Amino acid sequence: MIIAEQKPLAEIAGFIKDCERVLVAGCGGCVTVCLSGGEKEAEILASALRIKRRIEGRPLETVTYTAPRQCDPEFIEAMENVVREVDAVISLACGVGPQYLAERYPDLPVYPAQNTKFAGGSRAHGVWEEYCGLCGDCILHRTGGICPVIRCPKSILNGPCGGSQKGKCEIDRDLDCAWQLIYDRLKRLGRLDLLKEVAPLKDWSKARDGGPRRVIREDVMI
Amino acid sequence: MKGFEPQIVAFCCLNCAYSAADLAGSMRRQYAPNVRIIEIPCTGAIDQRVLLQTFEEGADGVFVAGCLEGDCRYQVGNIRAKKRVKALQKILDETGLGGERLEMFNLSAAMGNRFAEIADEMTRRIRCLGPSPLRRK
Repeated sequence: MIIAEQKPLAEIAGFIKDCERVLVAGCGGCVTVCLSGGEKEAEILASALRIKRRIEGRPLETVTYTAPRQCDPEFIEAMENVVREVDAVISLACGVGPQYLAERYPDLPVYPAQNTKFAGGSRAHGVWEEYCGLCGDCILHRTGGICPVIRCPKSILNGPCGGSQKGKCEIDRDLDCAWQLIYDRLKRLGRLDLLKEVAPLKDWSKARDGGPRRVIREDVMI
Repeated sequence: MKGFEPQIVAFCCLNCAYSAADLAGSMRRQYAPNVRIIEIPCTGAIDQRVLLQTFEEGADGVFVAGCLEGDCRYQVGNIRAKKRVKALQKILDETGLGGERLEMFNLSAAMGNRFAEIADEMTRRIRCLGPSPLRRK
């Protein structure tokens, strides 16, 4: 899932300092699961903004609405009645949500309440870690299911660097060396031969280097 | 502040603090009359939105009172509440209202005197802070 972290309240309040009525829009997708932008977080943010503005002597009216997802046009469309009555929208979705809202409602200011961090998963309650570099050309089949693109700080694709010591990375002694993990896992699987295969050069044009990406599937088009 | 009587809302776990308040009453123990008690099934059940709403409705101070650590009927409800209260104190600081208007306390059902002390302590604290700027005139 996409992991996001809320911006400081003062920053969000600064975006809407001239507004009198705003929509605080939660998202029922990834940010609900990572507890930063779902229905509950939207209501807490709305309440905190109202309190701050009342103390400043400029009361703020808020409307909260949590779309099942903000990354599908039909759910953005469904917000039309709410959006009509506000001066601005604060989106608690990842970076996709504010852009979808801005595109659908061109005359309405849309502000992000989140810093979108990475694609990852939870390690424990309240702990999330990055697991996928979204490189567009997955090589996990060659690396024992451990991604060197994102879990190695240097994204090295052909083995550990000189900074790997006792299984730890030189940038952080608490961080496992991704290539040590890959070696250990392939050894356990009896597949160290995979490390001897000469891999083709990685095509980075499938990653961000090729510009914004698009996936088209005609079989699911209506 | 002269003439200011704080309005404090206490969310009390029925397994401990609520009974402690009851005991304080049975003991005829006097304590500040500024505290309004709301019984909850466990402090782990308290929702941060409810605490914020209490402030928005004009409470000058709020406290959550749960079982002693290690004694929660639901094992860790009071530990979770403690973390949630701490997170909310940070939000209240950011709003300008001040996190010190919210507090978490732990006590057992047998601690009637302690409940009275908490009520007095919180009332003193809020009296020093003055009325909430959100208080309805």
